[in-house]
Amino acid sequence: MAFAGRRDVPEPPDFGILKRLARDQLIYLLEQQHEVDKLYKVESRPALSTSDQFCFLVRPRIKTMRYIADIVNADKMSGRSRKYKIIFSPQKFYACEMVLEEEGVFGDVTCDEWSFYLLPLDEDIISMELPEFFRDYFLEGDHRWINSVARALQLLNSLYGPFGKTYGIGRCAKMSYELWQELEEESEGDGQGRKPEIGNVFLMDRDTDYVTALCSQVVYEGLVDDTFRIKCGSVDFGPDVTSSDKSIKVLLNAQDKVFSQIRNEHFSSVFGFLSQKSRNLQAQYDRRRSMDIKQMKNFVSQELKGLKQEHRLLSLHIGACESIMKKKTKQDFQEMIKAEHSLLEGFDIRESTSFIEEHIDRQVSPIESLRLMCLLSLTENGLIPKDYRSLKTQYLQSYGPEHLLTFHNLKCIGLLTEQSAGETLTAVESKVSKLVTDRAAGKITDAFNSLARKSNFRAISKKLGLIPRVDGEYDLKMPRDMAYVFSGAYVPLSCKIIEQVLERRGWLGLEEIVRLLNGNEFFVSDSTVEDNPAWESQRVILAVFLGGCTFSEIAALRFLGKERGCKFIFLTTAITNSARMMEAMIEAKA
Amino acid sequence: MDCYTANWNPLGEEAFYRKFELYTMEWSLKEDLRDCLVAAAPYGGPIALLKNNARKEKSPSARPLLEIYSASGLLLASIPWKSGQLVQLGWTASEDLLCIQEDGTVLIYNLFCEFKRHFSMGNEVLQNHVLEAKVFHTEYGTGVAILTGAHRFSLTTNIDDLKLRRMPEVPGLQKPPSCWAVLSQDRVTIILLAVGQDLYLLDNTSCSVVTPPGMSPSAGAYLQMAVSFNYRCLALFTDTGYIWMGLATLKEKLCEFNSSIRSPPKQMVWCMRPRSRQRAVVVAWDRQLMVVGNSTECIQYKRLTIEVLLDRLVLRRLYPLAIRICEYLRLSEIQGVSRILAHWACYKVQQKDKSDEEVAHAINQKLGDTPGISYSEIAARAYDCGRTELAIKLLEYEPRSGEQVPLLLKMKRSKLALSKAIESGDTDLVYTVVLHLKNELNRGTFFMTLQNQPVALSLYRQFCKHQERETLKDLYNQDDNHQELGNFHVHSSYSEKRIEGRVGALQNALDEYYKAKNEFAAKATEDQIKLLRLQRHLQEDFDKPYLDLSLHDTVSNLILDGHHKRAEQLYREFKIPDKRYWWLKISALANRGDWEEMEKFSKSKKSPIGYLPFVEISVKHHNRYEAKKYAPRVTPEQRVKAFVLVGDLDQAADAAIEHKNETEMNFVLSKCTASTDAAVAEKLNRARAQLLKK
Repeated sequence: MAFAGRRDVPEPPDFGILKRLARDQLIYLLEQQHEVDKLYKVESRPALSTSDQFCFLVRPRIKTMRYIADIVNADKMSGRSRKYKIIFSPQKFYACEMVLEEEGVFGDVTCDEWSFYLLPLDEDIISMELPEFFRDYFLEGDHRWINSVARALQLLNSLYGPFGKTYGIGRCAKMSYELWQELEEESEGDGQGRKPEIGNVFLMDRDTDYVTALCSQVVYEGLVDDTFRIKCGSVDFGPDVTSSDKSIKVLLNAQDKVFSQIRNEHFSSVFGFLSQKSRNLQAQYDRRRSMDIKQMKNFVSQELKGLKQEHRLLSLHIGACESIMKKKTKQDFQEMIKAEHSLLEGFDIRESTSFIEEHIDRQVSPIESLRLMCLLSLTENGLIPKDYRSLKTQYLQSYGPEHLLTFHNLKCIGLLTEQSAGETLTAVESKVSKLVTDRAAGKITDAFNSLARKSNFRAISKKLGLIPRVDGEYDLKMPRDMAYVFSGAYVPLSCKIIEQVLERRGWLGLEEIVRLLNGNEFFVSDSTVEDNPAWESQRVILAVFLGGCTFSEIAALRFLGKERGCKFIFLTTAITNSARMMEAMIEAKA
Repeated sequence: MDCYTANWNPLGEEAFYRKFELYTMEWSLKEDLRDCLVAAAPYGGPIALLKNNARKEKSPSARPLLEIYSASGLLLASIPWKSGQLVQLGWTASEDLLCIQEDGTVLIYNLFCEFKRHFSMGNEVLQNHVLEAKVFHTEYGTGVAILTGAHRFSLTTNIDDLKLRRMPEVPGLQKPPSCWAVLSQDRVTIILLAVGQDLYLLDNTSCSVVTPPGMSPSAGAYLQMAVSFNYRCLALFTDTGYIWMGLATLKEKLCEFNSSIRSPPKQMVWCMRPRSRQRAVVVAWDRQLMVVGNSTECIQYKRLTIEVLLDRLVLRRLYPLAIRICEYLRLSEIQGVSRILAHWACYKVQQKDKSDEEVAHAINQKLGDTPGISYSEIAARAYDCGRTELAIKLLEYEPRSGEQVPLLLKMKRSKLALSKAIESGDTDLVYTVVLHLKNELNRGTFFMTLQNQPVALSLYRQFCKHQERETLKDLYNQDDNHQELGNFHVHSSYSEKRIEGRVGALQNALDEYYKAKNEFAAKATEDQIKLLRLQRHLQEDFDKPYLDLSLHDTVSNLILDGHHKRAEQLYREFKIPDKRYWWLKISALANRGDWEEMEKFSKSKKSPIGYLPFVEISVKHHNRYEAKKYAPRVTPEQRVKAFVLVGDLDQAADAAIEHKNETEMNFVLSKCTASTDAAVAEKLNRARAQLLKK
């Protein structure tokens, strides 16, 4: 609709094969190998079943192992004998077996692995469905999932041919790339010799850009995610949306003809589009009145079903819009967006700080308050000591003292820090970044994860021109740049970096930016892949987000792709948003 | 001129046969094969022969002799048999020799008569002895079936994954069956046996009588049976000389034949020529050979693949020949040459006459960095042969550090294993080593080792967080990490049920935070202790739950319940900022509907949050009457908004006009409805026009 868009955008590779792979593997495992006949969800309550065999399909987490061990031990106590099978996905970890052993149930269970790495959510989004990646790697310094990322890349490489150029930034990106290369060497590359379908890969650590992920989303898909939480590509629309007494689960992807036209749009233009659409639909229905019998027959047999389907989707999305409007057009939301924009642009900081303070004092929402505090810290390179203390004190008074530990986490990961006096932090930082060049030493520095890194947001923003100059109203219906995903106020940093590097075919000329982003950039060109600009694959880019990416970023890059006549495919450890990131940092009670 | 058909003899009316010698056996056997235990491996594999087995007196000179020949009779190896009485010999699919003893022990040798390992067929077999045994092959591998002296069957389907199955009893079986065979159907192994005129089928759970379709009722008692190699066909021979041939599922008869020979045949086997569509049974007596066949379709099985062929050459240590074949067939390095070289290296490390250096060097010379070569596998073989030093030398050639770890652990070089694991970047491997070290070293040394490996340390901490909380404390103590110790105690305070316990844990946290010089955390913890104690009093005084509420909620609840004095006390004691207190108090009062108290409060002193919130909160509770009281007290800048909120558009308009503010005027105008607010709208339009004129 609104996008002027070039028409020669290449086709994305077909993920059908991936889907089939995953489905067939799972069915084989569950039905053939383990004779599963009924599926339950693993929840934190005892499983009640009379079946004499339990089969658990789980992530390799210690907590889950203890849950299973409890079930087995409870059965033993009551003299029940069953068979227990655990299927680990994507892989089994030794530590899990160790826990089973320590809990005394190792002999009672048998283990299996389902090496499932990639779930295609849509025709351009693949998710590893590893939301825990973010906390595990960036907070706890746990490298376990890097192996999974490397294997995912290897799988894609074997299915879609060799990637010609690999760009990346971030330490995790670098490690994943190196591990993947080792895997390729070992396997002697199945994908070699295959015609490449994906010409470029861009790997990025989430901590390269926290700011974008913490902004309120205003494109439709992002808003739906922020408001209703999209899970595995589908959303539960509650009674307030369906205007009935039941919830409806809706798949949100390119197959949904209505959704696919509004997903990337700024929310302000969505409602208008939907009402236009429903008028058109009505007009199509109305054509019946002037039809003769034959035309009517034709209409019923060929068009009616499609129209009905469209009508159903339309009313659901209109319902969703109304529900979002109710929540988001309130004064509060408008003021919050205004405060956010001030933070991004870097003016009226005192006013924004007061806004945040009031937000906390009025107990508006613990997650939102935390998000705003982090946004303030990130954009200002840390809070001034007075604010750092007072905002935290206010927060503890409002939302409970257990958040003392949350603040510790936020400090460790660098999301909420105190402005340092003088050069102390920078000195350690430069020492660390020197060590990072050496791979083995790079791993040592992970123990220093707690060394909060400066975000340098203001300087980067200035250099890259992330805040568009406003001359007149920003036309959100006819966007001119990626800033439209944030109402024209801010170009997402992550997407801007990708745009710049692809444009320059490398990091040349971005040295200062790279330094401000704490380095760890790389670019590798595979000499065995022919560099033929005429190939479609040259215009396909796999954007890999380690630690999650948001729908706003996806929308921005989809826009960039249309502008530049290229196609972005997204591989992310999980779809994330500000609330998910904040929740990952909260230290749960007990 | 050659006459091609000269040596073909007629057989019946349509078929011909000829006899010719393929090759001469090289061996010069003095013994009659009849007196030996013999086993020939499938696909023209080796032949094993045990001589002098029958002799009962076991003088050293007359010990049985185990010999292994190639298919053409070349002696490959031989050893005197010193173990127990053998009942049966058989070959596995990978050309290992199985020697089944009377007591149920099965000894495994390679084709050079080198002992590999042994296993037992279980207690029942040990007690009742082996009467007969059969070695069979299925897609699961090589299996062994035993008939014991108690006339019971025991079997295992795969000797590499030993699971013994004792088959159910055959009712009324007092003597050994006249003949029996192992069948494999639908991935289940079953036994077919004949007792007199009855056929029994034994599966895991039951024993059933079966009758082959189309069996002649006067056929008589079964003497012999034969199953085809692929378990599809079955042939039965009875004491009337009758032969039944059909599918092994016993669902279909293929043909029958009366041989008129009543004596039991010495041998009966299925014979299928690869490219022919015919299958036939060959029956042999002392001086007679009979081929019985039909001509229905036949599925061809091609089991001997090129990989198996190469394996066979490797087993015979014919490495150069194997490599030559790989090169000729242009197999990829990983499939071909590397695999053979690796086998060669594994053989090489067993040569005890050469020094470690020599062997390591020779191996590296030849293998270099050929893809697909695993030095760690070769090293493991060296270690198995007791050559630890050689193993370590070989490991140094292994480029993938992760691959070195398991062997290093096995050799008890744990610290080296830890560094290698970390180098590999494989977290799971690091875990493996860490947890291994934990059991191997004493606690002090273990912690010290971790101190030098930050990655391992952080992983272990992760493990402890979920599994061993107390160890976590010890770890933090060891490196005086007071901040984390403080966090630890705060965390454990949550799981304390009693309030004293909770306060105690927080007190500990407080001490640690002080040591960590984290004043903020110390102050926050101190406040939390104070709050907990206060909440307990409140709970006792008012008999309502206060514990676990945040300070804000505690004060808010006090106001909701009308305990204004206590709320005031907390406000002062915890130095709650004025703004927060005012927000909190007016929303609690509004919730309570205590408008009188709210008005009193609004007049107690100048509001630090202004008076717009009073208006907003009253409107939110649908109380316009109260809201109107506060609207005039709102600061001039917010007054328009306040009057609009309370629905007094006239006053809102006046304020906007007074401010000469077009945006405000438009805002008020947008709220006006034509029917009721015409006067206001007119007033505003006039003012706006005037404003624009200027």
